[in-house]
Amino acid sequence: MTDASHPVLSTGPAIHDGDDVRVAVNGMNTVVARGRGAGREASVTPTEPARRRLVDRRWFRIAGGAIIPVALLATWQLVSTSGAVPVSLLPSPEMVWLAAVDLAQRDLLGLYVAISTQRVFIGFAFGAFFGLAVAAIVGLSKLGDILLSPTLGAIRAVPSLAWVPLLILWFGIAEDSKVILIAIGAFFPVYTIVAAALRHVDRHLLEAGRAFGLRGLRLLGAVQLPAVIPSVISALRLALAQAWLFLVAAELIASSMGLGFLLVDSGNNGRIDRIFLAIILLAVLGKLTDALVGLFERWAVKRWA
Amino acid sequence: MSAKIAPKAANTAASSVISGTAALPVEFAGLGRSFPTADGTRPVLRDVDLVVDAGEILAILGPSGCGKSTLLRIAGGLDRPTAGRVTIGDRAVASYDVRCAVGFQEPRLLPWRSVAQNVALGLPRGTARGAGRQHVERLLELVGLADFAGHRPREISGGMAQRASLARALARNPSVLLLDEPFGALDALTRLKMQDLLLDVHAAEPTTVLLVTHDVDEALQLADRIIVLGTEPDDDERGPVRPGADIRQTVVVPGTRPRDRGSAELAELRGRLLDGLGIDRHGSARGIPSTTTIPAFPY
Repeated sequence: MTDASHPVLSTGPAIHDGDDVRVAVNGMNTVVARGRGAGREASVTPTEPARRRLVDRRWFRIAGGAIIPVALLATWQLVSTSGAVPVSLLPSPEMVWLAAVDLAQRDLLGLYVAISTQRVFIGFAFGAFFGLAVAAIVGLSKLGDILLSPTLGAIRAVPSLAWVPLLILWFGIAEDSKVILIAIGAFFPVYTIVAAALRHVDRHLLEAGRAFGLRGLRLLGAVQLPAVIPSVISALRLALAQAWLFLVAAELIASSMGLGFLLVDSGNNGRIDRIFLAIILLAVLGKLTDALVGLFERWAVKRWA
Repeated sequence: MSAKIAPKAANTAASSVISGTAALPVEFAGLGRSFPTADGTRPVLRDVDLVVDAGEILAILGPSGCGKSTLLRIAGGLDRPTAGRVTIGDRAVASYDVRCAVGFQEPRLLPWRSVAQNVALGLPRGTARGAGRQHVERLLELVGLADFAGHRPREISGGMAQRASLARALARNPSVLLLDEPFGALDALTRLKMQDLLLDVHAAEPTTVLLVTHDVDEALQLADRIIVLGTEPDDDERGPVRPGADIRQTVVVPGTRPRDRGSAELAELRGRLLDGLGIDRHGSARGIPSTTTIPAFPY
């Protein structure tokens, strides 16, 4: 530990290289460590790219992350071929695969995946945007806080499913009601986390920014937003997970396509292979979209941290 | 590495770069500031009357917590007085007045910006891009950070960060430069170099400087005039002490800069100022009269 933390402040450009590597490798951990007044301590990390430890290597991370899924798949295959559990409760991996091929041949698989992803993206985009905007108002202005936060707190307390009947009555069963429900789901994590973070931006930095003529939106862009970037990223992660959650809630209740529809339809028809398929697809899609936030995070960290 | 100020480079850079706005006088009239507390208000400053001439370097000394920083913050519009007023030139101080630049006690650099970008933050609004970049480059050269322009604040030492902070304040071309113990956190050698740097800059562009410090030697080395803030001495005959600090002592520092750090005159003044700050000289405390060639103020 000590020998690793030693060469940091003395090396000039090497820090940059080391930094990039560290950011690329550690991903999320790095950001969380940075933000809050981490200041100097952030540079106290191993910076020698030549002697990276095994756990920092890319292939090791990928292989390590694949161990449990592969083991699960193998166990699943074993259990289903042994006949210990009836097929009506646990289909074999092959059956799930065939269900996927069958749906794909009828052009339904791609459609379901596409429509669900589209709903999530649109809802997430609206929710995150308004979440950030309202968080800025509540987190930065006392008046905004006094006016808005009690009401928003009450709305946040409403369980997601409670909105569904109302939204269907107001907006019908078409896309609008689903996208709005997902936007509600994505809005609150962003609003809650970012507003709280904005309230606690370092007073000293704010005063320095103001003393050098920054005000309003310029201050927000130059000081406040960069200072809360780590919080914004965790908020977006959470919001995306919420968006998928609300997607399934929306599609379970009223829809004619999408993964949630596949779930409820298969449940009614007893197609357990398709239920498994839908669950696996949701897991994979959720992870993939989360990786997109990870890409944004890497860019943001390089830019602001 | 932390002391990379080449005096020659500094001088040439200082004389060629900063062609700023004209220095302005600062006037405090009947200034007071009290802070609300749980039980009423607590006065920190009272009855401060002071005129700082254009281009003067004024050092503000005082025990910690006596309101030195508050006075400075009020001068820059970072805080408002509860009594009296402050004018810079012929206009009252506005909130976060653009005519002032502040060098804080801590560097207060934005950690996500490079050193050069942090210095550029100080540029006055509406500076053309190219001119701004040139100005920043020259300032970084002036404070000896040209090689570190692209570094992030966490990648440089504390002394370097403080120099970057000073460069940021200078980038404003301020009429009034407000420095709040700017070198307090630096090691002794870097502090001396920074003091010389400040004098170089001031010689090239004689802006008005208000310098809060707790270092008597620093005040003597840099200032034209020194004021000592403090509360009334505890004196049983005159009843209870009035709360809040005012100006207890004003000292015009003799001679011209740069001053010899070892001169006997300054040593005498040093003792007198320390007296005013409540630090007894061993001699005077024992009733031994000190010999001096300097008459008491006003001369």
